[in-house]
Amino acid sequence: MSEPKPKQDEPIKRMLAPVRLEFTVSAGRDKTAFLGAIIEGRILGGRCPSCRKVYVPPRGCPTCGVEMVGDIPISDHGVVTTFCTVSIPFEGQTMKLPYVYASIVLDGADVPIFHLVDGIDAKDARMGLRVRADWRPPAERKPTMESIRAFVPTGEPDAAFDTYKEHL
Amino acid sequence: MERCAVIGVGQTKHAAKRDDLSMIGLVREAATRALEDAGLTFRDIDAVVIGKAPDMFEGVMMPELFLAEALGAVGKPMMRVHTAGSVGGSTAIVAAHLVSAGIHQRVLTVAYEKQSESDAMWALSPKYPFQPPLMAGAGGYFAPLIRAYIRRSNAPNDVGVRVAVKDRLNALKNPYAHLKMPEISAAQVEASPMLWDPIRYLETCPSSDGACAMVLSSETAARSAPHRPAWVHATATRSEPNLFAGRDQVNPRAGRDCAAALYKQAGITDPRKQLDAAEIYVPFSWFEPMWMENLGFAPEGEGWKMTLEGATALGGDMPINPSGGVMSSNPIGASGMLRFAEAALQVRGQAGEHQVEGAKLAMGHAYGGGSQFFAMWIVGDARP
Ligand SMILES: [Zn+2]
Repeated sequence: MSEPKPKQDEPIKRMLAPVRLEFTVSAGRDKTAFLGAIIEGRILGGRCPSCRKVYVPPRGCPTCGVEMVGDIPISDHGVVTTFCTVSIPFEGQTMKLPYVYASIVLDGADVPIFHLVDGIDAKDARMGLRVRADWRPPAERKPTMESIRAFVPTGEPDAAFDTYKEHL
Repeated sequence: MERCAVIGVGQTKHAAKRDDLSMIGLVREAATRALEDAGLTFRDIDAVVIGKAPDMFEGVMMPELFLAEALGAVGKPMMRVHTAGSVGGSTAIVAAHLVSAGIHQRVLTVAYEKQSESDAMWALSPKYPFQPPLMAGAGGYFAPLIRAYIRRSNAPNDVGVRVAVKDRLNALKNPYAHLKMPEISAAQVEASPMLWDPIRYLETCPSSDGACAMVLSSETAARSAPHRPAWVHATATRSEPNLFAGRDQVNPRAGRDCAAALYKQAGITDPRKQLDAAEIYVPFSWFEPMWMENLGFAPEGEGWKMTLEGATALGGDMPINPSGGVMSSNPIGASGMLRFAEAALQVRGQAGEHQVEGAKLAMGHAYGGGSQFFAMWIVGDARP
C-alpha cells in the first residue's frame, strides 16, 4: 500500500498507519524432532495409538485427542491429491507466477502436506501425479519446509483416483 | 425458552471503498437503520453483540473497544464473537440466544468489515510455520477443494460460470449490493482471468466495505415493533478441526451435522421443499453446488444439477442468494450476518425487487476458516 496523496483542494480522507508483525513459534516436542529431521533431509511422522492414522508433521491426534507415539520415517515420495495454479499477484508474494500449489499425501501418511510442485509445465499439473521431494543441498537447509525446494514428478504412472480419494 | 424475533434490519450501501465514512461511521450507518426499522433508539437496547473477521484484515486490534461508544454500549453488556468468515452468522446467533435465554429484551447485533483499510489477501497469506510460503489468500485455499468437487461429482465446467452470472443479475435488484454489472454474461465470466485455476476472477467475490445490523427482541418487545417481525425458528453452529485424517473438506461433516440439527429444531424434513429461500455463504461460485449437497438440498454429487436446471435462480423452486449474495458484496465479517438478515427480509416481505414471492420460511447460512466453522438459522413469518 502506498501513502494516499490527495490532490489540491481535495479533502484528506485517509491516512497510512503501517503495521508490521513478526512472531516466534514454539515448535513443541514432536515438531522439534520433525524440524531436526528436515535439516537432515528426512521426514518424520507420528502414529496415533488409538486410530492408527499417521500424521506429518506429528501432532496430538485431532480426532482422538491423544498424544502420538514414536517418530515414524515417512517417504519423501507421494501423490498430488488436488492443487491450484496460482496466477494472482498480491502484497508480500515471493513466488514467480504462475505456480502450482498442491496437496500432497506422502506414501505412508494419512494427511496431506502442502507444497510447490514444479519441474512440470503448470498446465500439465494434475490430480494423481506422482512426485518426490527435491531437497536443497545440506548446507542450505534450515528448520523449515523450504528445505524442500519443491516436489517434482517422479515419472511413475499416475495414481488411480480410488487410491487417494479419501484424502480430498 | 423465550421466542426471539428480528424486529429491525439495517445494512450499508456496500462498496469497494467507503472512504466517506470511518469504521465508526460504517457500523453506525447499519445500526441506525436497524434501530429505525425497529422504531427504537440506542437507549432502548439492552446489550450489543458485535462480530468481524480477524483483526489482521484491517490491522486494528480489538476494534470493539473504540466501537463500543459508537454503538451505544456505554454502561451495557457488549461482547465480540470471533469465528472467521462465519462470524456474522454466529454473532447473530449469540445475540438471539441472549434473547431466547430470557436474559435481555432487545439486543443490537452488528457485523462489519472495512476491507479497503487493509489487505485481507495479505493477511490470509502469511508465512505459516511448517508450510512453505505459497498460500495465496482464500482462493488459494479453496481452489483445490473446488477441483476435488468437480472431479468427484463430474460436474460440467460451466457450473461456476452460471452461478457467477445468476448472483450478479440478482444483485441488480438489490440497492445495497456492491457489484452492479448489468452487462454480465457467461462469455464475460469465461473470458475473465484465471486467478487460482479453476477459479476465474469473475467467479470470485469482491472485496467490500460494509456493515449489517439487526435488532433481536423477545416476543413481548416485538409486540410494539412497527413492522412485521421475522421469527427465529432454529439456530445451529458446528465446528471441526482444519485437518484430520479422512476429513472430507468438499462436503464437511460439521456442515452436515449443523444443518441436521437446524432442520430438526425447525421441524424440517425436506429442506428444498419446505424452505422458500436461502441465503448461503458462497464466496466462490462453485460453492453453491457444493453447499447444496452439504445442506441436503440435493443428493451428494448432484448439487450442480440444481444450478443448471435454474432451481437456484430467483423464480426457481429453491432460490439461492436472491440478494446477489457474497458473490456481489463481501464485507467479510458482515457477509454472514447479511445472509441471516436477508433471510429475515424475505419472510418479512421487505426484500423489495429481490423478494421471493410469498416467502414464509428462509434460511441464513455462513461458513468460515477452512470450511470448518458453520452457523445457520431459519426464520419464518409465523411464530414458531
Ligand atoms: Zn487418533
